[in-house]
Amino acid sequence: MSECPKPSRPVHPVPIRVMHWVGVYAMGCMIFSGWEIYNASPDLPFAFPRWAGLGGWLGGALAWHLSAMWVLCVDGLAYVVYGFVSRHFGEDLRPPGLRAFIGDLYAALRLRLAHRPGHYNAVQRGLYVGVLVAIVVQVATGFAIWKPVQFGWLADAFGGYPLARHIHLAIMLAIVAFVIVHVTLVAIHPHTLKSMIVTAAREPEEQQ
Amino acid sequence: MTDQPNRIAIRPDEIRTELVRMSRRGFLRRTLSLGGLALLSGCDLSTHSGVDAALEAALRFDDRIQAALFDRHRLAQTYPASAITRPFRFNAYYPDWQVRAVPDGWALNVAGRVAAKQPWTLAALMALPQESQITRHICIEGWSQIGQWRGVPLHVFLRRVGADLGARYVSFSCFDGYSTSIDMASALHPQTLLALEFDSQALEPQWGAPLRLRIPTKLGFKSAKNIEAIEVTNTFPGGYWEKQGYDWFAGV
Repeated sequence: MSECPKPSRPVHPVPIRVMHWVGVYAMGCMIFSGWEIYNASPDLPFAFPRWAGLGGWLGGALAWHLSAMWVLCVDGLAYVVYGFVSRHFGEDLRPPGLRAFIGDLYAALRLRLAHRPGHYNAVQRGLYVGVLVAIVVQVATGFAIWKPVQFGWLADAFGGYPLARHIHLAIMLAIVAFVIVHVTLVAIHPHTLKSMIVTAAREPEEQQ
Repeated sequence: MTDQPNRIAIRPDEIRTELVRMSRRGFLRRTLSLGGLALLSGCDLSTHSGVDAALEAALRFDDRIQAALFDRHRLAQTYPASAITRPFRFNAYYPDWQVRAVPDGWALNVAGRVAAKQPWTLAALMALPQESQITRHICIEGWSQIGQWRGVPLHVFLRRVGADLGARYVSFSCFDGYSTSIDMASALHPQTLLALEFDSQALEPQWGAPLRLRIPTKLGFKSAKNIEAIEVTNTFPGGYWEKQGYDWFAGV
């Protein structure tokens, strides 16, 4: 964060923008088809609205889920490789300390936290790192319930097949909660949407 | 396969109506939901068949991945008798009040790439070596239950009838109208049974009497009940649900 960015560096480089939207599509397919799959046998006292499901029936939903998972895996692997190679993880998404996170969260809740294009505050970094970790664990729980015999060790790591399935569901809810917060904040700051689509200039570095 | 008494679950009669309206494998015909519209806004919604073809191609890709992941030596976890789920959930593609009785003079027919094609009586099957297992039955809908089955390991039976063990598929036809098929590697897995007993009793009609498949390395819909014929073949046999879009390999 201390180096002087090149003036031409955009808020989000092209690979980030492409991988973001591919990821949005894949996650959308996974979540909506996942709701349809859960609805086939809801074993908790709720079900998702039928109109919100993707696939039309269990077989169709599974076809979507088991197709989109490869898109998500390829997109996610590309992102992880890019994140390390480009130092996107080390610089933009460096996990914040607890003190910085709480400080920025307090400022954000009082609507006093400035939003500087191209620079993530501690709350953003905390949430983005959190949702990325959640997605990685979600893929792991997904593989555990897809192959509870072949990947028995993975299913065991999540407490066995039935529990792994419920953890998969719980993490989905956490990801959906993130999406709601994320989209709300984008609606409050529409220029952030623009910068995830077209090349937008990064604000010059400030001394903190 | 569902008999879910829960009001939210898809009931068999609903599925039947739906399936009659759908063309074979018409994944998207009934997909005009929020998710469908939102996620396909970049596609031409009139090209259903193109998206369906892409989904089918992905399922065939999944089948190849699943076959590669399948380890013929890896056993499904087994459980103590205290873990058995009671009462066990009835499940079929029809409701439980339509359970079929065993036809008079039932015998198991054997066809295809086998040396000995004479039918097998129940007594002859019971005279073969038997094995017992307590394993988890995992439904494609997501629920699972632990049960005990006992019967003839399928690999024992296939060797006994002189089956071509290099053939690709083993197909099962049932007198309740159901059918399914599995790959030869899974058929030869030590835990794949031609079950004659459930929960230490001879199979009753609702549990697949007189003979059912029990294959704990695949999803529940592969464990066909009420079997009347087994065929060893190199021609892809598909199956009742597989023809409608469930992934064929269905390994767990």
